[in-house]
Amino acid sequence: MARIIVVTSGKGGVGKTTTSAAIAMGLAKRGHKTAVIDFDVGLRNLDLILGCERRVVYDFINVINGEASLNQALIRDKNCNLLYILPASQTRDKDALTQEGVGKVLDELSKDFEYIVCDSPAGIEKGANLALYFADDAFVVTNPEISSVRDSDRMLGILSSKSRRAERNEEPIKEYLLLTRYDPDRVKLGEMLSLEDVQEILSLDLLGIIPESKSVLSASNAGMPVILDEKSEAGQAYADVVARYLGEKLPHRFIDGKQGFLRRLFGGRK
Amino acid sequence: MLNTSPALEFKSSTFFAPILILYTNDLTAIEQTLHEKISLAPEFFKDSPLIIDLRELNKQNLSLDFSQIIQLLRRVSFFPVGIRGGNENQNQQARALFIPIDTVREQGSTLMIGAEAAKQETAPQPAAQPEAATPKEPVRAVPVPPVSAAATLVTQPIRSGQRIYASGDLIILSQVSAGAEIMAEGNIHVYNTLRGRALAGVHGNTAARIFCFDLQAELISIAGDYKTSEDLNKQTYRHPVQIYLQNHALIIKEIA
Ligand SMILES: Nc1ncnc2c1ncn2[C@@H]1O[C@H](COP(=O)(O)OP(=O)(O)OP(=O)(O)O)[C@@H](O)[C@H]1O
Ligand SMILES: [Mg+2]
Repeated sequence: MARIIVVTSGKGGVGKTTTSAAIAMGLAKRGHKTAVIDFDVGLRNLDLILGCERRVVYDFINVINGEASLNQALIRDKNCNLLYILPASQTRDKDALTQEGVGKVLDELSKDFEYIVCDSPAGIEKGANLALYFADDAFVVTNPEISSVRDSDRMLGILSSKSRRAERNEEPIKEYLLLTRYDPDRVKLGEMLSLEDVQEILSLDLLGIIPESKSVLSASNAGMPVILDEKSEAGQAYADVVARYLGEKLPHRFIDGKQGFLRRLFGGRK
Repeated sequence: MLNTSPALEFKSSTFFAPILILYTNDLTAIEQTLHEKISLAPEFFKDSPLIIDLRELNKQNLSLDFSQIIQLLRRVSFFPVGIRGGNENQNQQARALFIPIDTVREQGSTLMIGAEAAKQETAPQPAAQPEAATPKEPVRAVPVPPVSAAATLVTQPIRSGQRIYASGDLIILSQVSAGAEIMAEGNIHVYNTLRGRALAGVHGNTAARIFCFDLQAELISIAGDYKTSEDLNKQTYRHPVQIYLQNHALIIKEIA
């Protein structure tokens, strides 16, 4: 049985797809067979970030409609043979996504994979609700600003009431916080909420802080998840997130901007 | 034949529906008061089922166009699902509109739809309920009889967009987020930060109180008297407090 992870936020543009690609790759690199699914029907972003957009033949909706088999639609990643991508459809309309259809696909994937990462669309509409419905774990991606925190809080309410686990009265979805695009300098200037501010409202299990970093954009332009850029802070932060999720106890980094003695040793920021 | 799954099943259950007691047949006054009530807790009242109690009206021999009151209720987003205490004529009109009729028994009124019905079995109430106070407002949603239901305990955080309703006391151990709404017919206790809306005594119990560990609420209300965060005193903000009614004024007092 696979563990199903939903990467969700409520608010748009906070880094869900970046995070989905990074952690899916991170899990696969550590030897876990992982599938990552793009639930953002109509937009298709995940395949770009993973650099496989030119290999898309069939998509998630084709599989749901029985027009293609899972094996036909799954794309094996070029960097890691334990990572597979199920892309979203750019052309179909969102109504094709049904709870029954999604459930079937996840069931079938569960037989073969250890982790299934669901990249949720923004909002609290059908697509987002379906992406979280079957989840076991939720990575709540939040930016250090009040509107993002509010939306995450809203999402947490939905996670605890509208999921399959909630409906069946099973153990609730395990919720984790991922604070992304964190800029310690701007926090100090009071332009952004601090980690404490965010935690005062959300009080979640913190999986990691992903600093604001130019490497995210260059990685996505190169069609490569940022976690593969081991020299970048964002890449390291995502590697920490995966390690913590798998049970390793690591101290949190990138909160203060200064990187302690490593920073002093090697100088400026990469 | 192998065992086939049945097509359907009946289960006994109870569900919660507020009772609307009409004291007047003045439709304008009714509508106005309803709007006021709804504005207090829009999420709670939206699409809520409702039972209409006509006994007070009939005691005063006030006539009422039943279909008009139904239309009015539907317009303000209620779903009337029953009437009680209607006369023959009113019952007939209800039947024509497919609205079930509940018979009011003489001793301690029992309602077949509503959470009260179930609870009454365990905690019988004294017979004949009429609320002590003579009604000053034309419309009031009051449960009949006033129930001393068991307390509801919530251990999970209540997030933005979530709503909790308790027919007795409500005890919450986790935080209540901004954008969340908690309501109780009795008292509310929040042993954590209260950032959302808290409404105690929602059916008119003016003795209800709100207790919380850390007051940052968007709105607090007891029996319909309310304050928004704007009116909250700086001194008690972020402090442990109790809130109660005194002569229709909300008193917020720090718990030392
Ligand atoms: N840590 C980061 N540092 C800098 N830029 C980032 C970071 N994380 C994400 N971004 C940028 O933010 C933008 C949005 O990211 P992404 O597409 O991952 O968000 P999303 O939540 O999936 O958006 P949507 O809601 O539209 O699906 C992208 O341009 C991405 O490069
Ligand atoms: Mg996205």
